[in-house]
Amino acid sequence: MPTAHLRVWRGTDDGEYVEYEVEYDEGMVVLDVVHRLQATQTPDLAVRWNCKAGKCGSCSAEINGKPRLQCMQRMELYPEGETITLAPLKTFPIIRDLVTNVAWNYDQARAMPELRLRPADADGNRRMAQIDIDRGQEFHKCIECYICQDVCHVIRDHPENMAGFAGPRFFVQLASIAMHPLDTNTRRATVDHGFGLDYCNITKCCTDVCPEGIHITDNAIIPLKERRVDEFHDPLRIIARKLTGRG
Amino acid sequence: MADFETHEFDVLVIGAGGAGLRAAIESAVLGQRTAIVCKSLLGKAHTVMAEGGIAAALSNVYSEDNWRVHFRDTMRGGKMLNNWRMAQLHAQEAPDRVRELEEWGALFDRTEDGRILQRDFGGHRYARLAHVGDRTGLEMIRTLQQRLVALGVDVFQELTVTRLLTDGDRIAGAVGYWRDSGRLVLFRAKAVVLATGGLGKIWAITSNSWEGTGDGHALAMYAGADMIDMEFVQFHPTGMVWPPSVRGILVTEGVRGDGGTLRNQSGERFMFRYIPPMFAAETADSEEEADRWYDDRQHARRTPDLLPRDEVARAINAEVRAGRGSPHGGVFLDIASRRPAEYIKRRLPSMYHQFKELAGVDITREPMEVGPTCHYAMGGMRVDAETGASNVAGLYGAGEVTGGMHGSNRLGGNSLSDLVVFGRRAGMGAAQHAAGLQAVPALDSSQASACDESMEAPFRGDGKENPYTLHRELQDLMQVNVGIIRTDSDMRAALAGIAGLRERATRVKVEGGAAYNPGWHLAIDLGHMLTVAEAATRSALERKESRGGHTRDDFPNASGEFAKVNVVVRRAADGAFSVSQESLPAMPAELQRLFEED
Ligand code: SF4
Ligand code: SF4
Ligand code: FES
Repeated sequence: MPTAHLRVWRGTDDGEYVEYEVEYDEGMVVLDVVHRLQATQTPDLAVRWNCKAGKCGSCSAEINGKPRLQCMQRMELYPEGETITLAPLKTFPIIRDLVTNVAWNYDQARAMPELRLRPADADGNRRMAQIDIDRGQEFHKCIECYICQDVCHVIRDHPENMAGFAGPRFFVQLASIAMHPLDTNTRRATVDHGFGLDYCNITKCCTDVCPEGIHITDNAIIPLKERRVDEFHDPLRIIARKLTGRG
Repeated sequence: MADFETHEFDVLVIGAGGAGLRAAIESAVLGQRTAIVCKSLLGKAHTVMAEGGIAAALSNVYSEDNWRVHFRDTMRGGKMLNNWRMAQLHAQEAPDRVRELEEWGALFDRTEDGRILQRDFGGHRYARLAHVGDRTGLEMIRTLQQRLVALGVDVFQELTVTRLLTDGDRIAGAVGYWRDSGRLVLFRAKAVVLATGGLGKIWAITSNSWEGTGDGHALAMYAGADMIDMEFVQFHPTGMVWPPSVRGILVTEGVRGDGGTLRNQSGERFMFRYIPPMFAAETADSEEEADRWYDDRQHARRTPDLLPRDEVARAINAEVRAGRGSPHGGVFLDIASRRPAEYIKRRLPSMYHQFKELAGVDITREPMEVGPTCHYAMGGMRVDAETGASNVAGLYGAGEVTGGMHGSNRLGGNSLSDLVVFGRRAGMGAAQHAAGLQAVPALDSSQASACDESMEAPFRGDGKENPYTLHRELQDLMQVNVGIIRTDSDMRAALAGIAGLRERATRVKVEGGAAYNPGWHLAIDLGHMLTVAEAATRSALERKESRGGHTRDDFPNASGEFAKVNVVVRRAADGAFSVSQESLPAMPAELQRLFEED
């Protein structure tokens, strides 16, 4: 059985890295090793997880300084014998060990505008072409792992910016609302409230780390920025766009 | 009494998967002060893992489909043990609930003419599952979550409820603790909706997350609720089997719905040998016919790969036992040789990703290895079909924690629809109950302080038992003795084992403090799991036949006597269980006729 050398953040802000050696089996992912550590050496080690299959976005942490889902990182990715460093997401306050307080994200969620769809057709159905929802479906793949929020430099070292910035995850949600082919809730999505879009200078760091492969910058942020410009200057155009369902 | 943080609501919903979210939405819309509590972060509940789709007779793909056909499929899938009224309401209301999700923002895959597309699934006569690729549960939970947030419902996340409070024989609230601090919380409420989901974590091989520890089942029993059908546990036929660390993770039935087939080690499509008489008339008996069925429903019968889950799980189990399994103790699920790579990636993106990342298998080129995994509890709290009310005044339930809807075996796709149909109904029932009460029921503070003491116990004392070890032993015990195939002697061994674990659990020792301490959380959950394991085992001993998700080597056939009864289990205040057989509610003649036609 191979042995993993782990350095794991223990405690809160004033905690420290503690080193552990854990034997593991073929095919294991980092989260399995953390669980084995928990079951055999450190029963109180705090870690979040649910699905263990990259679908719930619970297990985000910084592995060797890079934010990742612990359940999707196979041990084979790390050369045997080298130390693997596990730390909580840096952008959010630490609760304990690998668990951070992500409440700020839920605050952003509360500020999101609502959809108001056109009434259904007479037969009760709403008709939308697959091609018109492909983009929306891409955005809906988001598992709310907040890894993109964690890497975004607007807030990573600047907690003072958190007050006026929704972050890439919520730009994705805004874009999904703005591009819904049947939505009638014009303007509010991006215009009345900027959500801090202007802070973003399109570095694409968020896109690079998204475990769902969502093209956050190209498909969500840039079109939103363009719309915002449009919508400020040409309210008729946005109404026309909503009516035709074409963006 | 300890220092409890106290809150008061009209309706308290416990659990924030599909059922809990939908219940809370309904209660809030009806004007009740509503709170929802969940063990994980909001949006991470097990519903997120649902892959294949939500069953509803929208008739978008086959115009012949309607609620009666869906009702009939559901009852036959459940081997006629379902609560007929629940199955009827479910089939009738599911289409409206799907359209409602769409109105709230869900983007289902579309038909050519822009309506909601539906896919084939086991036991459903027509393509019936509205879906979003193979991540339908994520779409559903996010849609409901956003609706809930927009309504301003109070959310208590990462808070675990440990007991319900009663005032005489009615509900008065609940107690729990914040997972991040260990701080105790007391909720006073006029009505409580249990929507806590399942109990798969009692078995070793399971698709369930850490949350599926049967808390709600245990809470209901502690509060005096009747539980039905606890012997029926669904082993989903296709979980991953390799590598060991992913064992049990779900492989959607959509793989078979979209053309995948099961094979044994010699490549044989063995399901043709396991077609039960009940489904023989509508199941293809040759590979040629089965393959034709995907495109021609008029002249071909459905593939046996899509028999109900209990049948497929038993067949796989039998192949493996007979030594015809795959290298790692499963069987092969092959879609690579049957569908183009592009199609597979478009229809099953997360399966593609999951196998590629976790098993190093490219499912567009190689077969998957799969085997049964503990997935779903058919049994649970007995509730009124219309309102979700239990026998305890003020206690409501919806979703997996309740019993009746699915009988002895649930069809794939019928869970997501169950969640929204009965989540809404339970939310409505609870809201109406709360509206009819002047004041929040009185609080018995001795109940709350008793909880406080039992929660603190693992920190004190000089016990040496490790909660992780006890949990693993319980899982192995149940897997071996109360698994897919059961016998009287194995189950008696399980009861003895549970008693031993219960005794050792009094000596659990927890290290560390009260702040976000998973070892402590598990020690608390362990008590629930032992209670639920015992209830399930006692119910399974009582049912001396094989039916749905309950197969006995010592009683291999279905029995006419047991076809008429639910096994009901109750737990007395002193911890003693009583098990009885009670008649199923009688189905009205006009519905019975649906089963005479064939
Ligand atoms: S592209 Fe914008 S949102 Fe994304 S990381 Fe860079 S600054 Fe942040
Ligand atoms: S957009 Fe991607 S990285 Fe960001 S929260 Fe969603 S899934 Fe995670
Ligand atoms: S545990 Fe769900 S994404 Fe890792």
